Amino acid sequence: MRYLPLTAADRTQMLGVIGAGSVNELFCDVPEALLLDSPIDGLPLHASEMAVERHMRRLAAKNLAAGDAPFFLGAGAYRHHIPATVDHLIQRGEFLTAYTPYQPEIAQGTLQVLFEFQTQVARLFGTDIANASMYDGSTACWEAIAMATRITRRGRALLSSGLHPHYIAVATTMARFTGDAIASNTPDLSSTAGDDELIAGIDENTACVVVQYPDILGRIPDIAAIAAAASSKGALLIAVVTEPVALGLIEAPGNLGADIVVGEGQSLGVGLQFGGPYLGLFGCREKFVRQMPGRLCGQTVDAAGKRGFVLTLSTREQHIRREKATSNICTNSGLCALAFSIHMTLLGGEGLARLARINHARAQATMTRLASVPGVTCLNQAYFNEVTLILPRPGGEVIEELAERGVLGGVALERLYPGVDALKNAILVNATELTGDDDIETLASELAQVLA
Amino acid sequence: MSALNPSGWQPSMGDAQGSGSELVTSSGDRGLMFEEPLSFEIGALDKCGVDMDEPGGEPVAALGAFLRKSAPDLPGLTEPETVRHYSRLSRQNYGIDLGPFPLGSCTMKHNPRLNEKLARLPGFADVHPLQPPTTVRGAFEAMDELSKWLIALTGMAAVAMSPKAGAHGELCGLLCIRAAHDHAGEARDVILVPESAHGTNPATAAFAGFKVESIPATASGRVDLAAMKAKLGPHVAGVMITNPNTCGLFEPEMKAISDTVHAVGGYVYCDGANFNAIVGKVRPGDLGIDAMHINLHKTFSTPHGGGGPGSGPVVLSEALCPFAPLPFTVRTGDGEAHLVEESNAAAIGHTLAFGRMTAFHGQMGMFTRALTYILSHGADGLQQVAEDAVLNANYVLRSCDDLLAAPFGSAGPCMHEALFSDSNLPEGFGTLDIAKGLIDEGFHPMTVYFPLVVKGAMLVEPTETESKAGLDRFIASLRHVARRALNGDETLHAAPVLAPRRRLDETLAARKPVLVWQRDPG
Amino acid sequence: MSRFFTNDHEWIEVSGEVGTVGITDYAQGQLGDITFVELPEVGSTVRKGASVSVVDSVKAASDVYTPVSGEVVEINEALGDAPETVNGDADGAGWLFKVALSDRGELDALMDEAAYSAYIAGL
Repeated sequence: MRYLPLTAADRTQMLGVIGAGSVNELFCDVPEALLLDSPIDGLPLHASEMAVERHMRRLAAKNLAAGDAPFFLGAGAYRHHIPATVDHLIQRGEFLTAYTPYQPEIAQGTLQVLFEFQTQVARLFGTDIANASMYDGSTACWEAIAMATRITRRGRALLSSGLHPHYIAVATTMARFTGDAIASNTPDLSSTAGDDELIAGIDENTACVVVQYPDILGRIPDIAAIAAAASSKGALLIAVVTEPVALGLIEAPGNLGADIVVGEGQSLGVGLQFGGPYLGLFGCREKFVRQMPGRLCGQTVDAAGKRGFVLTLSTREQHIRREKATSNICTNSGLCALAFSIHMTLLGGEGLARLARINHARAQATMTRLASVPGVTCLNQAYFNEVTLILPRPGGEVIEELAERGVLGGVALERLYPGVDALKNAILVNATELTGDDDIETLASELAQVLA
Repeated sequence: MSALNPSGWQPSMGDAQGSGSELVTSSGDRGLMFEEPLSFEIGALDKCGVDMDEPGGEPVAALGAFLRKSAPDLPGLTEPETVRHYSRLSRQNYGIDLGPFPLGSCTMKHNPRLNEKLARLPGFADVHPLQPPTTVRGAFEAMDELSKWLIALTGMAAVAMSPKAGAHGELCGLLCIRAAHDHAGEARDVILVPESAHGTNPATAAFAGFKVESIPATASGRVDLAAMKAKLGPHVAGVMITNPNTCGLFEPEMKAISDTVHAVGGYVYCDGANFNAIVGKVRPGDLGIDAMHINLHKTFSTPHGGGGPGSGPVVLSEALCPFAPLPFTVRTGDGEAHLVEESNAAAIGHTLAFGRMTAFHGQMGMFTRALTYILSHGADGLQQVAEDAVLNANYVLRSCDDLLAAPFGSAGPCMHEALFSDSNLPEGFGTLDIAKGLIDEGFHPMTVYFPLVVKGAMLVEPTETESKAGLDRFIASLRHVARRALNGDETLHAAPVLAPRRRLDETLAARKPVLVWQRDPG
Repeated sequence: MSRFFTNDHEWIEVSGEVGTVGITDYAQGQLGDITFVELPEVGSTVRKGASVSVVDSVKAASDVYTPVSGEVVEINEALGDAPETVNGDADGAGWLFKVALSDRGELDALMDEAAYSAYIAGL
């Protein structure tokens, strides 16, 4: 067994030191009738590296990889180019096989990365501070809502209809148990994000307004206007960014008055991976620091006066405050945060701005071409790299038929909003720097044939 | 003769008596021990490590009002500078690749590289979660295959795959319990949690809207069954038990605990953080457990990555199955694995799901790694994993309990972790000194000051992937450091002196938090 | 003026109808370096025994229970920038909050200085 270093002789010798006659004697607290003496029936036995690889490759081959087809999916998970450097560096054993940095003297590598990561997220979001990452965007969004209810001592969260439906579902699920009220709607197929309607829904009991920017349909809400309206009612504005590359082109929500900005960081450095692991980004105003969830890394000095970093403000956390903690979160997304941070370092602020411009330009090219396909209408006026297209037929069928033709053409809103007839004929189409002219041409011509 | 040594180089051993320990270097680096500035301090706004085309064109007119006024103030680095920055930083980290990482409760075992290789196959790594199902059959199959293993290894009825980590799994289990009571029309609002529990347990229970009541431990470090019984009643929704518990001991009365809780209409949640001790040896389902999370990043070897990502699937009993959150996979009559999500849950009769815990379908990248590991070990190998993990822990316990107090050492063998305390050390010496002394010895310390029920606790979990020779080296160092403390060696208080940093000022960090880099105003 | 103590290591010094509350020097010594003090809101009504303030050290967060019921009339704002004052002068400048007593009778259940000294000597 290649992962088990003990030899039979070692085991015998060690049992001698322990003073036990057999390994099963060490399991003496387990009721005898429940102790399994042989491997569980019906399960395969150990296998060689070659055999396992053969099996896993067979499974992988049943999937159509995004890189093997014209690809236009987004809706909260985006396919970007990841520089080769990123994956090389995150596989260094000192990063890959380290634990949460509880012993800071021998974990400065991880800690300094987290400090750099927090700075990058804060600068990207336009917030004072940021934490060391959460599980993903959807859970970060709920944590932000929970934080806002603690700060305002109000129990109602107003969600924009443009918030990703999975994020709404997570918040609704959690609120059912915490007793908070969640107000949300499915979106209308209108060209703007419905800011006025959202603002009209803010009342004196509202703890927070949650706005996705750009929203699920690719539209861009007016954060500044919503922030002002929320503030006037004593509510906090939580901005949700599912495509952080957008912030290379459009203004950071924190600079527009958002109190808390959360997001999904997968776009930078982390591949699609069928939905996880991703990483939640979480930034906010400095005055809320003691209400923040998750790990925080802070600067300090060591006994010899050298700069160093530690996990700090841990009295907010579960291992100290237990049932009074700000969150039950323990594990974060350390390795994904490292990947994000390396990619961000390679880009720099100017590089991110350029990447964002390219994304937008590719999206423009895609929309211009698709709008010429008979029967296709583009919903959006303003957009970053994703738009909603309205088709003459149900989008789910169209996406399936495109897939049969080898084209991964987008996400049908039917998949995200099952049973909502008004959205049935719409699909989301995304383009990034990886979208080639040939991909656009293939999608346009196949779409024309499917719709013909 | 031809030329006489034109370079002038003659090998020399130098002054072998010279001492270098106090040498002050110009760079601040000390040989292979590197100092590294922040990326922002060495980067520049006009540097970029990614070559890109000119964007071309102008943003759509409607975007005008939204355009960012200036790019984020984040200096970049070129590729060689980036590689060097992170490689040098990595050298300041300890990892399981470098030596034992005996953090109790954390199960830091070897991370097989085959896991990494196969998780990176484009068919797993480069697949979008919302692709049409016909294009991701293999992904559903992999999820389903892992589900089957987790169900079989635990003897439970079903598994919810989406929780993102252990604590998220705890939340999933408790929400299933809440949903089950709600469905039965019962208003039960108390969860009982032993004093020795992980901090996540009470935090999770509170986050799920329960009141937490504590169960005391017996003198032998187990749940006090009589005290628990006294707290049971119609207001109790359930209990959260860690088994093996955080003292590294199996709860011999687990079945009785479960039966007692069930008898009053409650459910039993098991914190599965310590499953590595019993995988393949005991099935939690046989102990009457209703829900248990499995840390794939502990028992099933997916890397910790300096604090995550984790993955915390939750196995469920028949009673809790109907409330499992979306999504999950099922294999239908056609032999294919299908994803059950909002659009089709009702069609298969899963109408009581308590909701959704995360966007998309869970930690697929961790599923493929865990499945690779499980297939490598097989049912026989996993059983050996538990046996070797327990053997290694007992070997450490019995090799050190003459020097260090072992609070429950006289009660019998431990499971996968050996618990010591500083109670026998002289005045002025404590667990922190032992931990920091181990750092100078080249080891990562054990978990310290946990569990809370033992003052000055040291929890050593060697895992099964340490060789006997490796354990002997660790034991020798632990004994050496313990002797330093027992002998009153005051220099131990300065430890570590050989690590990249000395002890860090945590008070300063917490009093005046500096959480982001600020550009030097000069 | 007279000072009273609780089992949970709070002190209260009563002057007229207002009591000033802090944690004892013994308590700060047990906690170690104090990093943050969370104080109640001025104007809030508190009940004897309720957790109204939290004192954080690096590795612990300890609730402070008010020894008396009443209305919080003042808090020690200076602790925001200098929580270490609680370590340096727990009995004086490190006070936490002042309560306008609603029931002076509650003081009867508290310890005087001699009783508290004996109490901690026995811990």
